[in-house]
Amino acid sequence: MVDLTRRHLLAGAACGLAVGALPTRLVLANAPTEKRLVLVILRGGMDGLSTVVPYADPDYRSLREDLALAPPGREDGVLDLDGFFGLHPALITLHDWYRRGDALALHAVASPYRERSHFDGQDLLEAGDSRLGSSPDGWLNRALSVIGGEQRLGLAVGQSVPLVLRGETPVMSWAPSALPSADLSLLDRLADVYAGDPLFRDALAEGRRANMLAGTAMGDTEPAGGRQEAYLQLADTAAGMLTAEDGPRIAVLDAPGWDTHIAQGTVNGALSRALGGLDAVLARLKAGLTPVWPETAIIIVTEFGRTVRPNGSGGTDHGTATAAFLAGGAVAGGRVVADWPGLGTNRLYEDRDLAPTADIRALFKGVLASHYGLPTRDLERFVFPDSAGVRALDALV
Amino acid sequence: MSRIDAAHALVRFGLGPRTGEIDALAAYPTGWLIENIARGADRSSSVGHQDRLVAFLEAREAGTAQTSFREQVRRQVRADVHQRIDTAIRTETPFAERLVHFWANHFTVAVNRPQVTSLAKPFEDEAVRPHVTGRFADMLSAVVHHPAMLLYLDNVISFGPNSPAGRRTGRGLNENLARELLELHTLGVDGGYTQDDVIALAQILTGWSVSRLRDPDPGTFRYHDLAHEPGDKVLLGQTFSQGGQAEGEAALALLASHPSTARHIATKLARHFIADDPPTSAIDTLSQAFLDTDGDLAAVYRALIDLPEAWQPHLTKVRTPNDLLIAALRAFDVREADERTAATLRLLGQVPWTAPSPAGWPDDAAGWLGPEALMRRIDWSVAVAGLAERAMDPRRLLETAVGPLVSATTQFHVDGAPSALEGIALVLSSPEFQRR
Repeated sequence: MVDLTRRHLLAGAACGLAVGALPTRLVLANAPTEKRLVLVILRGGMDGLSTVVPYADPDYRSLREDLALAPPGREDGVLDLDGFFGLHPALITLHDWYRRGDALALHAVASPYRERSHFDGQDLLEAGDSRLGSSPDGWLNRALSVIGGEQRLGLAVGQSVPLVLRGETPVMSWAPSALPSADLSLLDRLADVYAGDPLFRDALAEGRRANMLAGTAMGDTEPAGGRQEAYLQLADTAAGMLTAEDGPRIAVLDAPGWDTHIAQGTVNGALSRALGGLDAVLARLKAGLTPVWPETAIIIVTEFGRTVRPNGSGGTDHGTATAAFLAGGAVAGGRVVADWPGLGTNRLYEDRDLAPTADIRALFKGVLASHYGLPTRDLERFVFPDSAGVRALDALV
Repeated sequence: MSRIDAAHALVRFGLGPRTGEIDALAAYPTGWLIENIARGADRSSSVGHQDRLVAFLEAREAGTAQTSFREQVRRQVRADVHQRIDTAIRTETPFAERLVHFWANHFTVAVNRPQVTSLAKPFEDEAVRPHVTGRFADMLSAVVHHPAMLLYLDNVISFGPNSPAGRRTGRGLNENLARELLELHTLGVDGGYTQDDVIALAQILTGWSVSRLRDPDPGTFRYHDLAHEPGDKVLLGQTFSQGGQAEGEAALALLASHPSTARHIATKLARHFIADDPPTSAIDTLSQAFLDTDGDLAAVYRALIDLPEAWQPHLTKVRTPNDLLIAALRAFDVREADERTAATLRLLGQVPWTAPSPAGWPDDAAGWLGPEALMRRIDWSVAVAGLAERAMDPRRLLETAVGPLVSATTQFHVDGAPSALEGIALVLSSPEFQRR
């Protein structure tokens, strides 16, 4: 307990530094928020057309060829959403949430990025900018600095902190370790050894705090039973930390496996497996977040979509617009938000990709505005610089 | 020249000092680096890709004993990992060996598919290792002709839609290799190419494939003209109309000597050897050396060694888990990797040839030193200390591995450590050892 107090002091000092560097007008009331937000980043470029399927679009079947999914009601058919779009049949949990009004889908969305590099695409999605390279930090970190408060609200689930959470505001990161833990006296000595090296000093302070929280959240159990099981346990622990009284409130989870260049498949294949894995993670998140479910929003996004036509190997190549989801008890769901551009040949972006009709930042801004009450002014100038032209989606939450 | 320069050369350019090396190099650290470049990387005796690939093709064709074949491949890859570490801890030219790791990461091949699993080390030894102190164009050519890369980035299943094979099977282009060649291997993402260039390069490379069991010389590079897209292609404003495999050869030569490639390679080298965010002046110098010598990498490295920024400040880079492990094994004078060394790389998150994407492992602190990663590194230090506490005095370890780069605080805590175990763990966890 002594250690916990010391860590609080350290965390507070670091927070004070970061907040001091910002304009004071950005610091809201000091009360820590009870609203939960989970950002799930599907890395690799999720194929929006096979996830939120425009089964009633007259061009869908002919363009998608072997990758086209069957309409609702048929064998292996999509799960109907609104008579035009249907969910991939692996997304059972998400479809259940949609019917209860706890999930909505967005389609034909994209970040401002118009090239096709995973790495740049993810960087721009996470930086929240209009152009690459203008922000060294992530939009969620900037949002955290506006929310303010003494408590570390951000949590990266995984060994490194993704760009979206990097920046001035200190965040936590956590992943399970299979090694014996170092004892406290060594850690105290190391805190002194690291005093002159801010990178190591801050990482140690945060690591110790996260270990303590995780210890109470998951009872020191080890993951067992393969990657999917380990992944589900990450979801369990993230949910446990998010529900802890002095724990984080905003978590970022990565989900790899979406770069389906080969054998993408329909109800079997690479994409179906990835979607099934995602659906299971969502179910476990909800189970862990049950007490705070009405306060919870989950954003699910990817860096870009994939080509409308299959490539030469039963897969799809890097594309542009795609689908996204907003889910959780705090969401006014049960609808698809899309200004559908159509799939006719002259409607495609560069004659190959789904054309973007909405900026994904509209979703992010809408959630931050309605869930956390962030002022429009801060959203347009600071969290998402130069984004006044991108109107926040309203009434999301 | 001094002990400080010697220690810096060993940790920044090399793979970490062994006992007495800092003193031994104090008289000529720069000369030692130049000598490393002149000698080049050690040759490796690993099994060639052909035997491995034929074994895979035969197992697939037989359709039997899948499980036991997979187990055999797993054993091979484990042995490959050991051999890679052994080479790194025994080598007398650690700067050249670091360059092998650097370039293998630049041209990442990851073992996420069964065909590629057992080819990663042969790829590194055949396509990368012989060329790290030679010409970039030669390395690029060897890489793109290698079955491991053609399989890993799907070129073997890319067909010219208008080629005879494409028409017969209805299969078409796969852009994967062409895109990563432009974005990651040569020009760089801001190197001035368009989607049309990606498609043109993909068309140019159609037919670059791997021979099947029925072909003569199975399991090696083979150009299939029947899969090659006919017609002119325009890449970076230049028209390629010669047809056949020659198109790909000419395109690779164009990419290898392009100014954007020079800048991209210069930037990555500067990031690896100077700082995560290297000074533009250093990148300019390296890029110019690349252009002046038509991509003679030895000349680029000599320009790097001449840069004052490469010598000051010290300890700017965070060691990757591989660097960390190799530096520890060298400091302890271990001569052979075992099961525990591979386990370390699993726990610290960098098993060789399992990079998360074709972009390879990150080369900056942000990619390796989140709070959780640091906690694991500390836990690992404690585990290693538990194995070594009877065999090593922490003060001797600090002198060997860090020497004159040590800070007063670290020296104080290691000198005053309550046990050998804690002292060794402190050395291994210290910023001076975790950085290079």
